[in-house]
Amino acid sequence: MNNTKLETKNYSMNYGSFRALEDINMQIPEKQVTALIGPSGCGKSTFLRTFNRMNDLIPGVWIEGEVTMEGKDIFEIDVVNLRQQVGMVFQKPNPFPKSIFDNVAYGPRANGLTDRNALAELVEHSLRGAALWDEVKDDLDKSGLALSGGQQQRLCIARALAVEPSVILMDEPASALDPIATLRIEELIRELRENYTIVIVTHNMQQAARVSDFTGFFYTGESRTGKLIEFDLTRNIFTNPADKRTEDYITGRFG
Amino acid sequence: MSRETFDRELQALQDRVISLGSQVSAMLMDSVLFLKTRDMKGSREIIKTDHKVNEMRYAIEEEVLALIALRQPAAIDLRTLAAILEIAGELERIGDYAKGIGKINLLIGEETLIKPIIDLPIMAQKVQSMLDRVLEAFIDRDIEAARAIPKDDDEIDDFYKQVYTELAALIMAKPSRLEQANYLLWAAHNLERSGDRVINLCERIIFTVTGKLEEID
Repeated sequence: MNNTKLETKNYSMNYGSFRALEDINMQIPEKQVTALIGPSGCGKSTFLRTFNRMNDLIPGVWIEGEVTMEGKDIFEIDVVNLRQQVGMVFQKPNPFPKSIFDNVAYGPRANGLTDRNALAELVEHSLRGAALWDEVKDDLDKSGLALSGGQQQRLCIARALAVEPSVILMDEPASALDPIATLRIEELIRELRENYTIVIVTHNMQQAARVSDFTGFFYTGESRTGKLIEFDLTRNIFTNPADKRTEDYITGRFG
Repeated sequence: MSRETFDRELQALQDRVISLGSQVSAMLMDSVLFLKTRDMKGSREIIKTDHKVNEMRYAIEEEVLALIALRQPAAIDLRTLAAILEIAGELERIGDYAKGIGKINLLIGEETLIKPIIDLPIMAQKVQSMLDRVLEAFIDRDIEAARAIPKDDDEIDDFYKQVYTELAALIMAKPSRLEQANYLLWAAHNLERSGDRVINLCERIIFTVTGKLEEID
């Protein structure tokens, strides 16, 4: 079993008087892929956004419990620092309206890296890491927006890798892509797992089954408060889940 | 994919397994009765039926593979399909044992039997009762029944030992009986093995429900 990278203890999150997540206890192992699944509105994306403190931006949000990265309270880490360590990839590819090179160099430059050679090296390394280098190496000056959807998403992954994070959060990273581009992203996730801790939210259960090592199933009852119903090895969740609600969800009986 | 469609497909597949099981159950009983009554025509029918049984099994296998590929089943659905694959195989093997008994009748041919066939029909009846109950347990996903059925196999094993001792004595008294005694022992052996196959079916039912593969002694 790998070390725990991210952990929540009795973590609850509220928007004003509305409780969005309640009492979540989860240990996310290092350099593994953890998938968060559950029906719409179950709180899985909200939970994902906890780890780079994106929820902080929403007015009226207050939390209870603990969220730690390598044992350190993430709310005590400088948020810029935290987001450098915890990258994020969104559902819709969102390259900047800049060249491919500048997209990837954006983060390192913002962090103060100016040396041209060092930047070029980092851009290549990141594009290789995102399995995009071979396709774009001769077109680095081309706009990021000129790439296909799947390539744009890999560009966003390269952009995330360029600031050398240790965690990558992915919120439905392939749901806007065609099946071939989706498979490439899934392959990439498996490769990235060698060096990064990955947490992915997906609506596609087969995708969760294909790419992840661990799966957490979130569900909300009548209260609309999201709870973690079950967290286990993905192979257990998909062959013999412990909770009836997990089984009903993954076999399509609801959700 | 809608759950209702998949449920209908699973139900239809299960019906085919039950129909294969019923076919095999009848075959096994008939094969012994034809041996007892020396009905060669009946035994030839059994051998023919075995082809049908094999085809039923292949059709079930194909359907299981199609459902795995097309419906991407998980959890209990996946275990049900995996279990059906095994169950169809075990049932088909019981069909082979029935066919074997049919062939034995033909091999003994016009020869007079060295002993009246009394124990074999009782053994067949017991296997048939186990088999019929295991099919019901499968329909009901009844793990209590699946755990209880294997006890009956002990009686079948006892009958087998008894038949063995009796045939051995007949051979010792008159060695020329060896060939036919050997055939009859094979028939008893096939029934004994059929009982063991039923136990495997019980294990698969437990696996379907609990997700655990456990051996029943």
